[in-house]
Amino acid sequence: MATAKGKSSAAAPPKKTPRKVRILVGKPGLDGHDRGAKIIARALRDAGVEVIYTGLHQTPEMIVSAAAQEDVDGIGLSILSGAHNYLFPRIIQLLREKKMGDVVLFGGGIIPDDDIPKLVKKGVDRVFTPGTTIQEIVDYVNERIRPRK
Amino acid sequence: MYDRKKLAGIATRRKKWHEEELTRSLRKSPQRLERFSTVSDEEIDLLCTPDPLSNFDYEEDLGYPGQYPYTRGVQPTMYRGRLWTMRQFAGFGSAEDTNARFKFLLSQGQTGLSTAFHFPTLMGYDSDSPRARGEVGMCGVAVDSLKDMEILFDGIPLDKVTTSMTINGPAAMIFAMYLAVAEKQGVPFHKVGGTIQNDILKEYIAQHSWIFPPEPSMRIITDILAYCADNVPRWNTISISGYHIREAGSTAVQELAFTIADGIAYVQAGIDAGIPVDKFAPRLSYFFNAHMDFFEEIAKYRAARRMWARIMRERFHAKDENSWKLRFHTQTAGCTLTAQQPMNNVVRVALQALSGVLGGTQSLHTNSMDETMALPTEQAVTVALRTQQIIAEESGVANTIDPLGGSFFVEQLTNGMEEKAMEYIRKIDGMGGMVAAIKQGYPQREVADAAFHFQRLVDAGKKRIVGLNAYRSQEEVPIPLLKIDDRVEKQQIARTKEVRRMRDAKKARACLSALKEGSLAPNVNLMPLLVDAAREYVTLGEMCDTLRETMGVYTDPAMF
Repeated sequence: MATAKGKSSAAAPPKKTPRKVRILVGKPGLDGHDRGAKIIARALRDAGVEVIYTGLHQTPEMIVSAAAQEDVDGIGLSILSGAHNYLFPRIIQLLREKKMGDVVLFGGGIIPDDDIPKLVKKGVDRVFTPGTTIQEIVDYVNERIRPRK
Repeated sequence: MYDRKKLAGIATRRKKWHEEELTRSLRKSPQRLERFSTVSDEEIDLLCTPDPLSNFDYEEDLGYPGQYPYTRGVQPTMYRGRLWTMRQFAGFGSAEDTNARFKFLLSQGQTGLSTAFHFPTLMGYDSDSPRARGEVGMCGVAVDSLKDMEILFDGIPLDKVTTSMTINGPAAMIFAMYLAVAEKQGVPFHKVGGTIQNDILKEYIAQHSWIFPPEPSMRIITDILAYCADNVPRWNTISISGYHIREAGSTAVQELAFTIADGIAYVQAGIDAGIPVDKFAPRLSYFFNAHMDFFEEIAKYRAARRMWARIMRERFHAKDENSWKLRFHTQTAGCTLTAQQPMNNVVRVALQALSGVLGGTQSLHTNSMDETMALPTEQAVTVALRTQQIIAEESGVANTIDPLGGSFFVEQLTNGMEEKAMEYIRKIDGMGGMVAAIKQGYPQREVADAAFHFQRLVDAGKKRIVGLNAYRSQEEVPIPLLKIDDRVEKQQIARTKEVRRMRDAKKARACLSALKEGSLAPNVNLMPLLVDAAREYVTLGEMCDTLRETMGVYTDPAMF
């Protein structure tokens, strides 16, 4: 588990400023294609978001437990293995069990168009398709996700 | 190669042309872009002339095909003697599904097989492992035991068809199963030909399907080198792969440099393990990406051959000419294909395949137009195979050797590629070699930086991608996609459980304890133990779990 907490976080933040948005970027399942996840992690960090990157080969349990430990506001998953129909719903189920249903879950990767409405219905907030720019994802996070407390 | 006086004259006249003709023209109509660069963002000259090649020596730098330094090709006749092997990567669902696809491709004129395993197999887990949930048969074929391997190659004679297998962490185990199938077919090991990728260093850098940490992984690899030298002489023991490094976002130079640096690490490991270099080096092969920048790619392949020849002869003092020859497989770049307007991918693939052929590849996979969205349908893979056949049979490009040899531009690019890649290699040598560099995260960071830089260029419209950030269309025409049946997972789990129930449990246990003991003794070659285990239907997951206990596991350093 690596945490990269933005450029300015080395110094203790002043008390009254609200804390930064905190996003966990995760790679669930066994696929090793992390190019997209790493680009997004870097872009969000550059945009001032606190990014926690899980690294590869995470189980849904590992992801949800990291999300709880790090008290994140959102989880972004990148899945290219075709296992999205199992992994997303399982993570949503675990979040609800842990009373973390308000954590915003989004994702991308190789996800056929037909599957997207089904995933959204199950509670995935947004699924990005290939060709999305970095800025679109940064804008989405900035507009959609707020610190939970 | 060139007359010095004439070169000086050319340089002077070029300068004059630049100052007068070009400047005048640019005043009237400026160039399309402020800066022209390759897809790797290397600046490109407006015009290439012979004068920058003043030290270029035909005999030393190009020579003749089939002769050192092999810049123009590894065989004296190249494609006039034999075309490259058309080897489409295939694998999905169950062993039965994939066996049917193999037979279909062979019936369509494909000349070699290439197996894609699903992620649980690539990571050394059986299909019934909790880690495999949702992934069984999705991105490749599920192979848990010899039973699956028997079905996969049912009706395919292993002495006639060569098979390439993209397998790295568990390469030794899967190879053992393949040998056990050959044995069952009555094919002696010395007649079995093919390739296991078996390139674990690239896994740490890019592809990320690993099991053990670097040192024990390297031990397994040198065991394979020694075992094949004695028992399976036609087998390509490592396919040193730049493909995945490039897919992860590297530049062309990084792909070349890191791949050759990996090759250096394997040769050094083989020598350190006491195997004479000429006994194993001729069976090392390479695997490169064919990306979108046509000339940059051709230069990359030509530079790779020349570099490897020089490294093997001068650095490792190999005497056998076969140790000097860099033979390689090429795959068109999956990461360049777009989900938008997928038919355009056919054109991208054709151009990329052509660069592989003009670069002198020995074997080629052309991606299917639908591969950004799913595994290829039968129709899409047929078009991809036909693309190769059209290049081979209709275009005429296979009728002479290295047709771009001597092009001012291509030779300049080739030289530049070699120089820049050698700089990286010197840097990696300085860190103590590739294993040490990987542990410091050096190649990983370089690749991540390049990937990020390229994405920024695309997002800013500085690199144009048709259908994506240029010429977008509102109406997208959907193309049919291959769906993996949900039943595959259940059936595969049932089969693996059945295999465990039916086998001789006592023998299977004995194989596993022999494997465990062998792994603790550094001088025992693990290959014969793995072949024994495969014969007794010990599963891949069981073999890997046993070695995980004694060798440890590698975890992702999670840097970005």
